[in-house]
Amino acid sequence: MNEQKTENILEVEDIIMAFGGLLALINLNFQVNKGLIKAIIGPNGAGKTTLFNIITGAFPPTEGTVRFKGQFIENLKAHEIAVRGISRTFQTVELFTNMTVLENVMVGCHSRMRTSFIASGFRLPRTMRKEDQIRSRAFEILEFIGLAEKSEESSDSLPLGERKILEIGRALATEPELICLDEPAAGLNETETRAAADLIKRIKERGITILLVEHDMKVVMDISDEVMVLNYGEKIAEGAPEEIQNNPKVIEAYLGGED
Amino acid sequence: MLQIRKLPIIVFALLIIVFPWIARGIPAIGNYPDLMVFAGIYCLITIGLSLLMGYAGQISLGQAAFFGIGAYISAILTARYGLNPWFCMGIGMMVAAIVAVLVGVPSLKLRGHYLAMATLAFGIIVFIIFNEEGEWTGGPDGMIGIPGLKLFGFQFDSIEKYYYLVWFFVFAVFIFTINVIQSRIGRALRAIHVSETASNAMGVDVSRYRIMVFVYSAILASLAGSLYAHYLNFINPSTFDLFFSIKLLIMIALGGMHDIWGAIIGALLITFLSFEWLHFFEEFEVIVYGLILLVVTIFLPHGLVGVPHMVKDWLRK
Repeated sequence: MNEQKTENILEVEDIIMAFGGLLALINLNFQVNKGLIKAIIGPNGAGKTTLFNIITGAFPPTEGTVRFKGQFIENLKAHEIAVRGISRTFQTVELFTNMTVLENVMVGCHSRMRTSFIASGFRLPRTMRKEDQIRSRAFEILEFIGLAEKSEESSDSLPLGERKILEIGRALATEPELICLDEPAAGLNETETRAAADLIKRIKERGITILLVEHDMKVVMDISDEVMVLNYGEKIAEGAPEEIQNNPKVIEAYLGGED
Repeated sequence: MLQIRKLPIIVFALLIIVFPWIARGIPAIGNYPDLMVFAGIYCLITIGLSLLMGYAGQISLGQAAFFGIGAYISAILTARYGLNPWFCMGIGMMVAAIVAVLVGVPSLKLRGHYLAMATLAFGIIVFIIFNEEGEWTGGPDGMIGIPGLKLFGFQFDSIEKYYYLVWFFVFAVFIFTINVIQSRIGRALRAIHVSETASNAMGVDVSRYRIMVFVYSAILASLAGSLYAHYLNFINPSTFDLFFSIKLLIMIALGGMHDIWGAIIGALLITFLSFEWLHFFEEFEVIVYGLILLVVTIFLPHGLVGVPHMVKDWLRK
């Protein structure tokens, strides 16, 4: 068992999400401990991505609150939440396909540096210095994720495995305290999956909290400190990976019960 | 890495510098420097519009109105009140910026093409004001007696002098814009163009950047309007109608909207077509523009700037 710290970085309380008549999330409550990896699993349509969208500000919940480091964030816009220290990746990779690998990560650095339109137009020395800082910071991240050699390649030309890794790198560039990874191993072969899982563990070592949606149970059981199971928008189980594996409710949700 | 090459800019600048001398030697193109003044003025507008369309992914149908705001503010303040033209040019740009914020903020906070609709209405309203507020604008007859430009006693009183003045502005704006595109801000704009969702998640305030670019495009259009008024010394509302806004869009589409060079090439071509080469068609000119737009959208989605690339791709096959 891991040593559990009690400090919560994220507290989700009584979240309800209704899309018209459909309830995607029903009275959801959970916390994420700082510095750990928490996985959210569940069958398709369980509400996992909806939950990510609420936490990262893509849309506000119908009801309920989300607290990040003690502050309510459920009504903030996505870019405001990013600035506060929550970053994410997407289930279907959303890279900036018109840019190089390095530039993608540089966009991630966007909110950590301020430059003005006018100063950029005149290439003022201070702005150019900041641009250099952004570039070297982005390059450090590429070295960390192992894509430094491909920095000048078009992000569109990378294989899927590397595109997913790059998306994680871009999210790291926003200097997050919490990072939400939406199916980082989906569509990857075994080697690529291992590389992704290894990277996630190394991100945790940096002190970044990770919230993970993933279907690959091997990955989930291997790297998570805690697992939460959603089914039809409701939490049906929560606990250490080994507890979840043997939980009858979870087995029923995945395999389909008799009733 | 996005790097806009310097060599073509230098070559183009040299061509622009020597062009009046060449034109002087060839009687058939003797009037071309005059056309190039207009082309340069249009370039100022299309550079801003290209940033808005190609990078921020928004369409404005109100650029003619911002062009008109610059022209009328310069005209009224210099011809009626005798204020310094350079100072008035600055006022025009400030007013255009404020108006752009008022029109842009509500529509650019929404997803989708609301800016096109808002600017369409705005353009029509401004056009009506130019026509109806006769006491200020001279109504449909327009205004005469707008003074020329003068700097430290040097009078820009010939076509050639004005040509160099306008193209100085074009290059200044061109280089400024290229610098912005290659900066952190340009990167944010290119990111928005591909994925708003991902840009937001990276901490990019999408609507703020769109408003920024829209305001910049309005300021440039206003600057162009002031230069236009002081060149012709006469303006009337028909210059600033909706058709001109559409013509600007055609310039961008023809040149290519994802490349800042497209703005320049499109403005140059359409200027020469409309002042010189399409006279033959008379009132059917509009149809020719429609055809250009149709052909470009279907066969040249990246405009003329994209042609070399298309040829390369085709040869590879």
